[in-house]
Amino acid sequence: MLIETLRPPYAARRNFFARGSGLALSATAFALLAGNSRLAVAEAKPMADVNILNVALGLEHEAIAAYQLGAESGLLQKPVLDTAVLFQSHHKAHRDALLATIEKLGGKPVAAKSNGDYAAALGAGGLKSQTDVLDLAARLELGAANAYLGVIPSFAEKNLAKVAARLAADETMHWSLLANALGKPVPQAALTFGA
Amino acid sequence: MRAGDHLLAATLLVTAGVASAAGDAARGALLYEARCGACHSIDAHRVGPLHRGVVGRRAGSAPGYDYSPALAAAGFVWDASRLAAWLRDPEALVPGQRMAYSVPEAADRNDLVAYLKSVSSP
Repeated sequence: MLIETLRPPYAARRNFFARGSGLALSATAFALLAGNSRLAVAEAKPMADVNILNVALGLEHEAIAAYQLGAESGLLQKPVLDTAVLFQSHHKAHRDALLATIEKLGGKPVAAKSNGDYAAALGAGGLKSQTDVLDLAARLELGAANAYLGVIPSFAEKNLAKVAARLAADETMHWSLLANALGKPVPQAALTFGA
Repeated sequence: MRAGDHLLAATLLVTAGVASAAGDAARGALLYEARCGACHSIDAHRVGPLHRGVVGRRAGSAPGYDYSPALAAAGFVWDASRLAAWLRDPEALVPGQRMAYSVPEAADRNDLVAYLKSVSSP
């Protein structure tokens, strides 16, 4: 299983973030998004960009909740559980970066719903096995990758388009590892993401 | 909405409506999962609103979902033509709405609309 094969470096990276934690993430987030002075002066439709970023933030809130539900379900075994927690940390970093950028642009970040609301919307009550949890995670990651790729042309600020591409790359990486863990075949055709 | 906007919207509807004459609901279901599933579900509000019953429902009116003011005030009822126009360019149909995602291929729009119709029938 690829997730098991890749566990050591992932675990090491997670420990790095655990040690450096908040500061490391917020600094990264600021450098990635909000620290870009061009964003503060984006002239073309900044609120349209904020709307897109808020949709992205909604996706990240949901992903964080989904991994939390999976982690607390008792269905995930190590080392899969560790990988799920790592993926959740990526989504938390995405969330923090998006939040900072939305505020920088003068927008109001959309708030997370309760985990109970997410559980109901995602059908978490039907999760009965580790495979069920991974399958849900894979579907969410694939959807998010496609969504981020799909909105790239809509950004007025091209630096935000690049950020969306970087977010899509993270989600694609997550999907690839989850699909491998689930035994799904590698896509035979090229250009399957964002199509 | 200005007169020019009405004309643009009408043109979009006619164009999209012609293209939505036939669609493959089964393929539309697969497209829905891949393209729409990040934000939408058939039976639950997520980042976007639920879609069961969307055909025949007034735009921006599904109970419990916080729509953009623009969509809440759109005042039309979703039908195949309007859904196709929405998927082609949401902002052209309802300026000020929040969905930045579009479906550029007419065949894909047709199949998605066929699927949405299939989940809207009693």
